[in-house]
Amino acid sequence: MVDAMLASTGKPIRLEAVTRRWDETVAVDALTVDMAAGSFTALLGPSGCGKSTTLRMVAGLESVSEGRILIDDEDVTTRSPSKRDLSMVFQSYALFPHLSVAENIIFGLKVRRVSRSERDERLQKVADLLGLSQLLERKPGQLSGGQQQRVALGRAIIAEKPICLMDEPLSNLDAKLRHEMRLEIRSLQQQLGFTMIYVTHDQVEAITMADQVVLLNSGRLEQAASPRDLYQKPASPFAARFIGTPPMNLIPASALNKTSGASSLLIGVRPEAMHLQDGGPVSASVRAVEYLGADLLADCEIDGAPFQVRLPARRTVVPGDRIELGFEADALHVFDADTGRRRDDLISEFGALTRS
Amino acid sequence: MRNVTLKREWVLGWLLLLPSMVLLFAFTHIPAVTTFLNSFYSTPRGRRAAKFIGAENYERMLGDPVFWQVLWNNLWFALGTIPVSIALALVMALWVNDRLAGRGFVRMAYFTPTVLPMIAVANIWLFFYTPGFGLFDQITGTLFGWPATNYLGSPETALNAVIVVTVWKEAGFFMIFYLAALQSIPQSLKEAAQIEGANRWTIFWRITFPLLMPTTLFVSVNAVINSFRLVDHIFILTDGGPNNASALLLFHIYEVAFQHWETAYAATLTVALLLILCLLAIGQFFFVDRKVHYK
Repeated sequence: MVDAMLASTGKPIRLEAVTRRWDETVAVDALTVDMAAGSFTALLGPSGCGKSTTLRMVAGLESVSEGRILIDDEDVTTRSPSKRDLSMVFQSYALFPHLSVAENIIFGLKVRRVSRSERDERLQKVADLLGLSQLLERKPGQLSGGQQQRVALGRAIIAEKPICLMDEPLSNLDAKLRHEMRLEIRSLQQQLGFTMIYVTHDQVEAITMADQVVLLNSGRLEQAASPRDLYQKPASPFAARFIGTPPMNLIPASALNKTSGASSLLIGVRPEAMHLQDGGPVSASVRAVEYLGADLLADCEIDGAPFQVRLPARRTVVPGDRIELGFEADALHVFDADTGRRRDDLISEFGALTRS
Repeated sequence: MRNVTLKREWVLGWLLLLPSMVLLFAFTHIPAVTTFLNSFYSTPRGRRAAKFIGAENYERMLGDPVFWQVLWNNLWFALGTIPVSIALALVMALWVNDRLAGRGFVRMAYFTPTVLPMIAVANIWLFFYTPGFGLFDQITGTLFGWPATNYLGSPETALNAVIVVTVWKEAGFFMIFYLAALQSIPQSLKEAAQIEGANRWTIFWRITFPLLMPTTLFVSVNAVINSFRLVDHIFILTDGGPNNASALLLFHIYEVAFQHWETAYAATLTVALLLILCLLAIGQFFFVDRKVHYK
């Protein structure tokens, strides 16, 4: 479907201890990440974690206080945005309101004095690809949010830049459209083969679209891993609770098992990893139940520690019940609350303890 | 019953409108209509009442060399003040919109001429232009050794000297409008253009300037009106002289009406002025408005 003309080959990006400071505040703190050529990397984190700042530093719209940014092994830290050979989609789309859709899309080609015939040819390809052919003469103000989004995408891909940056591009769309665009952006990226950095605060977006998720928390790297690894082996309590809905249960080890003296350890189990098991190792009292259709979400309590479990809806559980729960040994996560790191070495020990 | 309440509302409505209507009619509409009517009558003198003389006043106006001279002066004055003050306003606004040290102070300094009364401004400039020891003569005298020049007193330079004062006075005022418009342009548009490879020059001409067009239209309409309306400083600086070299149309009307007391002829000139202003405003809106993008 896509011509060779629109295909581009991605370039790898490497951030080396990149830091951004404003006076006293550190927005991004010594961030080191590798992004492979042609890969899709999601920068994920709560608002104010420095993900947009990181993206803007890669784009060259924000200066770097310390560290280096390398694109294709070339140091571009001090290069201007136009010399970095990348494109960007802004959260607000940043379409030029006085220009038509066609003029918006070919703006960059015109600036770089690409010949008229080539401009028209590429415009037609991009318009076909994004379904914009009927809208080329309109002004952005006459388009719906989803159409504006497509125009912004068109402007980003027409020049076949090896790198594309996106700053929360779907946050202004409704849920249905967001789902469609998610698939579309992902397939566009795979067809055209550029390297993508995608900023989002929505973990579902990050997990469904990305090859690599870079999870940031107050300017620091929390974990950089594939979505599967991030879900299955979160590196820290923050990562454990940020990924997955509802978030992972984290309980002080002392609450779960009296025999353990190490009070600074946190035991984590995902709500969906637990199941009802008579005589199971965990015994909890139900405080509230949410009916979700396919599932039940039960708020429980174990020795005063709150705890959520996802149960099949066919079992009726009412507040006040006492239930006994079990889980597989590999569903267990152990974190050191002091260092905030994962302790895989203790999993078997705790697994044995909860089983006894 | 219903009729009574309707009637009461109607009366109340008119009562509420009355104060502003009285003011508008007394000071705008009635004088305008009277002026138009007077332009077809002779000037009443002593016991001799005004009598209808048809288009005689208009014939006199068209044959009056002073009328043509002040009209010509006014054209020069407009051409000299409008483009320069708008361009200057835009440049100043772009400058103070950037991050620079003491930005607040610079903005205030640019706006000061607008706050000062025109008469006071004219008096200050009178000193600048004074032959021999005025600011300009002192500068050109010490730097280039030029002889003393009477900028306001010679027919070649008088109008230009007045133009300079007007530009100085108006540019700061227009700058405020441009500054407000510039700040309403989202930063992300410039960033998007930057990423697409546009330099500052391209960004200005392809993005910023087109988005400022509504402001430019507004400012230019104001500038055109001002070029016919602003005459306060002429009273102080040149008094229209020498030999009408710096007299503008409105100034001339004042002279004819309140110094020569030829009120009928002054009414005729006023009608001419209004006609010119109407034509200009209509022209601007019809020809420029099409090229303006409004958000």
